[in-house]
Amino acid sequence: MSRLTVTKTNKLFIDGSFVRSESGHTFTVAGERFPRASRKDVRDAVRAARGGYVRWSALTPYNRGQVLYRLAEMLDARRDQLEAGCTGPEEVDRCIDRVVWYAGWPDKLTQVLGSSNAVAGPFLNYTTAEPMGVVGILAPTEPPLEGPLSRLAAVLAGGNAAVVLAGEASAPAAMVLAEGLATSDLPAGAANLLTGPTQETAKVLAAHLDIDALDLDTAADLERLAELERLAAGGVTRVVRQGATEQSLACVAGFVEHKTVWHPRGI
Amino acid sequence: MTAVNGIAGSGAELAPREGTAAAWTLTEAHRAYRHLASQSVDPVGLEQRAAVLASRSVKTVAKDHALRTAISLLDLTTLEGSDTPGKVRIVSARAVRPDPGDPSVPSVAAVCVYPSLVAEVAAALRGSSVKVASVATGFPAGQVPLETKLREVEYAVAAGADEIDMVLNRGALLAGRYTEVIDEIQQIKAACDGRHLKVILETGELGGYEMIRRASLMAIAGGADFIKTSTGKLPRAATPPVVLTMLEAVRDVRDETGQRIGVKAAGGVRSAKQAIALLVLVVETLDPSWLTPDLFRIGASSLLNDLLMQVRRRDSGVYQSPEGFPVD
Amino acid sequence: MTEVVARTWDYAAAPESRDAVTISPRYELWIDGEWSAPEAGEYFPTVDPSSEQELAVVAAAGAADIDRAVAAARTAFERGWASDHTGRAHYLYRIARILQTRAREFAVLESLDGGKPIRESRDVDIPLAAAHFFYYAGWADKLEYAFPHGTRTPHGVAAQIIPWNFPLLMLAWKIAPALAAGNTVVLKPAETTPLTALLFCDVVREAGLPAGVVNIITGGGDTGAALVRHPGVEKIAFTGSTEVGREIARAVAGRGTHLTLELGGKAANIVFDDAALDQAIEGIVNGIYFNQGHVCCAGSRLLVQESVQERLIAKLTDRMRRLRVGDPLDKNTDVGAINSRAQLNRISTYVRYGIEDGAEIFQPDCPLPAHGYFHPPTMFTGVTQSHRIAREEIFGPVLAVLSFRTAEEAIAMANNTRYGLSAGVWTEKGSRALAVAQALRAGVIWINTFNKFDPSSPFGGYRESGFGREGGRHGLEPYLQLT
Repeated sequence: MSRLTVTKTNKLFIDGSFVRSESGHTFTVAGERFPRASRKDVRDAVRAARGGYVRWSALTPYNRGQVLYRLAEMLDARRDQLEAGCTGPEEVDRCIDRVVWYAGWPDKLTQVLGSSNAVAGPFLNYTTAEPMGVVGILAPTEPPLEGPLSRLAAVLAGGNAAVVLAGEASAPAAMVLAEGLATSDLPAGAANLLTGPTQETAKVLAAHLDIDALDLDTAADLERLAELERLAAGGVTRVVRQGATEQSLACVAGFVEHKTVWHPRGI
Repeated sequence: MTAVNGIAGSGAELAPREGTAAAWTLTEAHRAYRHLASQSVDPVGLEQRAAVLASRSVKTVAKDHALRTAISLLDLTTLEGSDTPGKVRIVSARAVRPDPGDPSVPSVAAVCVYPSLVAEVAAALRGSSVKVASVATGFPAGQVPLETKLREVEYAVAAGADEIDMVLNRGALLAGRYTEVIDEIQQIKAACDGRHLKVILETGELGGYEMIRRASLMAIAGGADFIKTSTGKLPRAATPPVVLTMLEAVRDVRDETGQRIGVKAAGGVRSAKQAIALLVLVVETLDPSWLTPDLFRIGASSLLNDLLMQVRRRDSGVYQSPEGFPVD
Repeated sequence: MTEVVARTWDYAAAPESRDAVTISPRYELWIDGEWSAPEAGEYFPTVDPSSEQELAVVAAAGAADIDRAVAAARTAFERGWASDHTGRAHYLYRIARILQTRAREFAVLESLDGGKPIRESRDVDIPLAAAHFFYYAGWADKLEYAFPHGTRTPHGVAAQIIPWNFPLLMLAWKIAPALAAGNTVVLKPAETTPLTALLFCDVVREAGLPAGVVNIITGGGDTGAALVRHPGVEKIAFTGSTEVGREIARAVAGRGTHLTLELGGKAANIVFDDAALDQAIEGIVNGIYFNQGHVCCAGSRLLVQESVQERLIAKLTDRMRRLRVGDPLDKNTDVGAINSRAQLNRISTYVRYGIEDGAEIFQPDCPLPAHGYFHPPTMFTGVTQSHRIAREEIFGPVLAVLSFRTAEEAIAMANNTRYGLSAGVWTEKGSRALAVAQALRAGVIWINTFNKFDPSSPFGGYRESGFGREGGRHGLEPYLQLT
């Protein structure tokens, strides 16, 4: 008689821990059961992200870059599982390379996006690119790994914490991604991954007053975008619309705040 | 206003002890200095405040009043190697009646000369309200022994000086020998024998506003009745931010102890406009009661004519020519 | 000696002459390079808040007028405005120069229509407005240096809505970068302060700008609401209240319209016990009483370290007693008129809240003019974080004083707000200043100074203070599509 395999129970990734959905609901993709995130899971994830933001943004940019690079290492070590959850090895290569690309940004953002400003008076005046806070990500589900991962890597590179709503099709990939995140030295709460249908949870996330920005999938239909943007308006939440496969500085720049500091110069 | 407590050495200890001429012990002076001088000065903010006050518009009747006030606060000064008895007699005569044709123009506050001419000036001013002021203590550099400084003060007092303008020991100050600075002022104060003591900080040599504030407080701790900006021998002397710094030090001392210390702005004040701007600084930093000769002076040699020109321009409505006013 | 030392000292009245400016009895809309009457024929009055006298009537733009203005802007955009980089630079330089030449005219008009002291309109508003045009003029032909990668394309027609606190300066903040980037604009000034924007049309004419590049339409909230909803608008820039900002964001949701918002604030001004106190006092006063406190970045919450509080409050009350409240046109006035009756009522309501919530009020015993909308400089001590005057934007000369014990506590209190526009830090310790500046969640941090503005310095908020930056290279970005 052959040995029974020990199967993995899929869970949400909130505050650095793997937890079941508060609702107890699950859904099935390719015969496998995944937790279906509820409104309260969104609430818990945002709370965790607020704490994660404090820890993540307090690291030096160099340190954040290293953690992101380690995320690439952890993902590379899980390529087989990732391939199984997405379109195949090419997508995994693109994703890992993208994380490496973003890993190089944290300690360069301010040099590229900031400035020293020549004001007409005896003042030192400079502008730095600062982390924005907690970003809610409505992740594109196509391609299934690249969608959530591209968006998340850019947001993390900006020094932000994220709550990622990974749609049903992304659930298998998201589970592996969460394990990569959990082993990458990312502070607890900096990245939170919720799986399940996003029809309701996206609205809860968009309207949440404790998120600073919302990253919307350009592939979503216009009516849904309009609804989410209306909800986000309540908290003057920034809304960025980005494509699934985009890799650019703009993806990070949409999630930084520019802070300008003045100080007099005099003897 | 009540003194603020909670910091060691603040408040009442600054008050002179009753019945003692040299009211300050070194320890108390030091404490006073350390407490108030620990507050720093931001130069940019200070200069900005001074600039805003300099933009005050003083027109019509306010200007009439300001011009006459400025004249009444003048220390008419001549401090040249070429000063003679004849020259200081002319200056004294103008001090008593700056404009013989206009009785509404007040006398100035004092005539300020070198010690060797004090007797001459005292004689010329006898019977008037104008005080005799003498620079002393090795003016302007002050680089003479303390003994010499004390003898010079005693000489000027004996010759009839009402007020002594001593120079602060900048050498000791910049070398960090603060005790020596305060101690020297105390000794000179004693030598003044009750005459008013003005301590000249020579702000242009102090390197910044913070040191001007500290020097102001040291001078006050040492017993100065007045603190004075400059000798007039250096450029950039009684600028508005410098005077503002000193006025703020005086205000802080008043708020903590109730003591009323005078300020004398001297050096580079040549126009009526500058003089009026100084009065604005006093009024908006302290209050109008400070605009008496007991508490505010402007030391100048050429300013008087511009003030008189402005008075006559206001009275006649016609712009004046300098030729209409005497050259001293 | 003649007795000349008076017991009191006061400056005589020193009013700036009103002759510098001519006000028309009626103003039309500036559309496509000419004045045109509103189609519905409606007008509203604008008053001098210091006298409550009507200054003029101004056209109320309706939907048809907005259509015309947006169409004119669209046509001008398509006629090559976006591609003539050198031309745009030259036009903007011209505007800057004309504003400098006509500065007195603008300063007097600004103070008349808005109530701000002439010293401020003369020394701050108008020179900064001109400087803003001068600064962005230089960018117009150098956009590829501002954003060296990819392409940079102007959006097209920008709808811009500005507030009443810095009418001409906010116009400059809006129009200068928009035009430099190659957009054309439809701008709506605030209902209570339209006159300098309307005088600006004459500057546009004098500078010879192509028709339709700048369109100025006047009106109230309805006009603004219709303008942002116009389908021909590609970019919206709004400065005003957070409430209206939310409405605009909702209105344009899903449309893909580029939006920047500069909204309210409740800035903390933090004073540590080692601060240069006399300059801190100036910064506090400038922070909250500048422009009657009608400043979105006003330092309306004073956080003072407990160990220096008594001394600081003594100095502050003494300083407040010296503020001169009165005729905005008097050169010695420090605090002018409140912009409108409605705003005066709002301020009075909050002062009542302050008392009701248990804070202790201080107002200097300053005489207020018999007519017009005036409010004395006001300070509340004993305020806690839960008081309404510590949480909500008052937009008036009302300071809430709170105390703290440690830097950590100060940072937590400063950040305990939905806003995040600005903050002040007063300390002589460099490492503390930098650490606190980094920890504060606000777009502009003034260390040992306050309420400083410059065209090269990016300005804008975190959180509910809005998004996007105005000023500097960063201020161009909202007006360009970058790839």
